[in-house]
Formats: sequence, C-alpha cells, structure tokens
Amino acid sequence: MAAVMGSTLTEPIKIRVDRKVFPAVGERDEQLVLSNVAFEVEPRSFLVLTGPSGCGKSTLLNIVAGLDTDYEGAIDLGPGKDRMTYIFQSPRLLPWRTVYDNILLALPDGDPRVANIPAMLARVGLTEAANAYPERLSLGMQRRASLARGFILEPDILLMDEPFVSLDDPTAQSLRQLLIELWNSHPTTVIFVTHDRAEAVQLGTRILRLAPGRASVVQDARVRLTPAERLDRAVVLAEQTRIFAAA
Amino acid sequence: MAPGSTPISSTRRRANASAAWMAGFERLGWVVASLLAFVALWQVIAMIANDVRRFPTPAAVLETVMQLAASGALWSNIGVTLVRVALAFFSAMIIGSVIGILLGKYPRVDRFFDPWLVLFLNLPAIVTITLCFIWGGLTQTAAVTAVALNKIPSAAVTLREGTRALSRDLNEMALIYKFGWWKTLRHVTIPQLAPYFAGAARTGLALIWKIVLVVEAFGGNGRGVGYQIFIAFQEFDVSTILAYALAFILIVQIIEFTVLQPLLARVNRWRR
Ligand SMILES: Nc1ncnc2c1ncn2[C@@H]1O[C@H](COP(=O)(O)OP(=O)(O)OP(=O)(O)O)[C@@H](O)[C@H]1O
Ligand SMILES: [Mg+2]
Repeated sequence: MAAVMGSTLTEPIKIRVDRKVFPAVGERDEQLVLSNVAFEVEPRSFLVLTGPSGCGKSTLLNIVAGLDTDYEGAIDLGPGKDRMTYIFQSPRLLPWRTVYDNILLALPDGDPRVANIPAMLARVGLTEAANAYPERLSLGMQRRASLARGFILEPDILLMDEPFVSLDDPTAQSLRQLLIELWNSHPTTVIFVTHDRAEAVQLGTRILRLAPGRASVVQDARVRLTPAERLDRAVVLAEQTRIFAAA
Repeated sequence: MAPGSTPISSTRRRANASAAWMAGFERLGWVVASLLAFVALWQVIAMIANDVRRFPTPAAVLETVMQLAASGALWSNIGVTLVRVALAFFSAMIIGSVIGILLGKYPRVDRFFDPWLVLFLNLPAIVTITLCFIWGGLTQTAAVTAVALNKIPSAAVTLREGTRALSRDLNEMALIYKFGWWKTLRHVTIPQLAPYFAGAARTGLALIWKIVLVVEAFGGNGRGVGYQIFIAFQEFDVSTILAYALAFILIVQIIEFTVLQPLLARVNRWRR
C-alpha cells in the first residue's frame, strides 16, 4: 500500500461529455441527459455530484466508469484507471454467493488482502452475516456488503452512487467515517453522488450541482471546512446554507 | 383404513422435525395405497380378460421380471439403453446449450437461425429417426444422434431464453471488479443459467426416456430395452413388454430422486 502512495495519483481525472442522449423507445422521445459537462477532478480530492432525481448523475458515473461508451466526449482517468472501483446505486451482489464470497471475489486470486476481509466485515457490521446469502439480508445490509466489497480493494479512484441511502443515521454516519478513514489512509480520488446536501457538505471538498432542464453543471462550489469542522453539525449546516443559497 | 387416517392425538407436537416426518410418512402412505389400488384394478381386469398371454396378471409379470433378471437379460438390456440415454442426453444438452447461448447472445445470428430452429422444433421425431438410420446405418452413433436431435432444438430454445435474461447489472459489476472471462462464467453467468439448464435437463430426460425406446425398436441391433419390446411385440408377449416397462420406470424414478432432485435442491439453495 505504502509503495503506491502518491505514485499513481499525480494527474487530474479529465471528464468531458459533450452530449449524451438516450434514444427514443416506443412512445418516449429521444432524451438529452447530459450536454457540455466538462470538469477536472484533482488527485486525492473528494468531488460530490448532486442534483434532483433523474438529472443524469448515474448516467455520468456510468460513463466515467467506462460502462457506457455511447456518448460524445472523452474521459481520461489518468494513471489510476486500473485501480478504479465503482460502488453502484443498487448493491449488485451475487445472490448465489455468500457475503464473504462476494467480497472475496472482488479480489484477484491469491491476493493477500483476503486477510483484511474479517476486519472489513466487522467494520461494516456484517460479521454475523458473513455466511448468509444476500437475498436473505435487508437492503441496508446488502448495501454495507457492497461497500465492503469496494473498500477492500483500496482503490485509487472511487466512484460511489448514493451509497448511504436507506441506512439508519448512526450506521450511515459510521460508514461515512469509514470512507473518510479510507480516503485519508490511502490516496484516493472520490466521485460521490448524493441527494443529501448535508452529506455533500460533510464529505466533499468540492460540489458540482447538475440540473435536469439544463442537462449540465449549474454550480461548482468548493467546501471550505477542516476535518474537525466537518464533525460539527452547526458548521456543516452553515456551509450548506452558504453553498446552496443560490439553489 | 388409509394410512393417513390415524387419529391425531390431542397432545401438541413439539418438534417440527417430527411433524415433517409424519407428513413424509403420510405422503408415502398415499403413494403405497394408490399403487396397491392400481395393482388390484389390474388384477380384476386381467381376471375378466382371462387371457394370460394378451393380458397377464400382475403376478405373471412379476415372474417374468424375475426370470429376465435371473438370466441377466434385464440388466444387460437396461444397461445398453441407459448408455444410449446418457450419451444422447449429454450431447444434446451440450450442443443445445451452446447453440442457445450463442443465439441469446447475438441477436443477428438469432434472427438468421430462428427459422431453422422452428423447422427442427416441428420436425416429427419419426422423420429424424428414419433419416438418421438411412444416412448412418443401424449403428450406435445413428441411434444416439437420432435421440439427441429430438432434444437439441428445445434445449437451445430454453437456454436462449436464459441468456436473454442475463442480468446486465451483474455483468457490469463483473467488469468493474475485473472478474475476467473465467470468473465471470463460473460465478456470474452459469449460476444465472442454472435454472434453465435444470429445466432443459428435466424435460429433456423425460423426452429422451420415451424416444430412446422408439429409436431402439426402429433401428435396434439386437440389444436395448426398445428392441426387446419390439421382439416381444412380434410374439405378442405382453408379459415381457410390461416387465421391461416396469423395470424401466423404476430405474427412471430412482435416477430422478437420487440424482436430479438433489441436484436441483443444491442449485437452488441460495434462494429465499
Ligand atoms: N438505459 C436508459 N434508457 C433510457 N433512458 C435512461 C436510461 N437510463 C437512464 N435514463 C434516463 O436518463 C435520465 C437520467 O437518469 P439517471 O439514472 O442518470 O438519473 P439520476 O440522476 O442518477 O437519478 P437518481 O437520483 O434517481 O438516481 C432519466 O430521465 C432516465 O429516465
Ligand atoms: Mg442514479
């Protein structure tokens, strides 16, 4: 881990989507979801993408992850591209493999990080559920398993799509803490999608707001909070009011 | 007098296991009662018919089974047929699955070959069987091919359905987590196709059991249950026909309960 410190994350991620349309299907017209979205993400920064439901956040993340190649534009993930992980909006666990095996499968064969799995399971509160099949768990537990699967890889680039929804407040808060620890202990560039403005301010170093009508970025704000201030609800709320005053 | 009718004591059953055991016992009771009734009916009709050759009694058929078993003919013929069933079954499953997966995966290929599939699906069994023997001679290969050809199209259709239903979400997950083709096949694709394999296997086996006997009767080379039934037919030896039929049904049921069912249970154990 220490060996890769700072070595791969020297270049910013360059994202440019000139145009993304979903073709017309049946009654539904062709839909312009993203147009002229262009920004760079500094190495080790924590970028939050926010905006109302249906404005194209997941679509953008799919393009960045390389899953959707049907768009006009270019994505340059830089040297970290082989160490990228995407935590999807839905858990996407293999229902026929146990929680433990789902996490194990994310690691290359024979990877020494297998040894970290029990600690990771404990960290997301799934020690008891390690040998359970995902469909027998609550959605919140499945989400936590999916987070453990992403985190175990200690990625250089981490894409996350509303990972903490449908979790109770203490659990969500503890997982945010885990994310921050991961982000601090390992050089990671994060692109994080959320509806939750307080969460956006608490976690992000920069916030991009998308709007549905415009299909584009309508606000680009820096969050000016120290790590200590992020734990203070009142300070977070004040910063949230400052940033989203325009919205 | 039905085994299920014993009065249930008013003391509450505590263990779930004992309840399950009782339920199993009751089900078995019904099966036994039902089969006994069948044999009784058979006995009555045989007595009315009063023609041992054309309508033998259950006892006469049982005796024929014993004789055939003692002479070894029963086992050797069933063995020959089972080998044909196994060869036809596995080749049909493998070839049918590969075709179905390819068609499900490549819509253009599917559009082109779909009419072929419809053609083969509707080809009467007797046509494939005669053509196989005309072109292949009365050989084992021709017999096995004839049986397999009757199953391949429906296996292909089932697996095509399964392939079309493969989850894009899970495929993307496998891509992001760099599973590679082997891990994807083993942990993502095959488990999703397993219910379709199982479905094709069940209906396939049911079809193959029946068709293999016809094929053997038609182009038999002296061995196999179908051929023995054909000989017995020429001699109007109903007792032998029924003896082979009974033994065959028994073997099929044993395979169903000891191999197929446990396999299905295993494949489905992750389900809620
Ligand atoms: N595969 C698709 N085919 C057609 N339209 C799609 C497809 N995927 C998404 N869309 C449309 O694109 C728009 C953006 O969808 P997207 O999932 O990116 O929204 P989102 O911002 O992630 O919303 P949410 O916050 O609810 O997750 C929506 O109007 C949606 O209907
Ligand atoms: Mg979304």
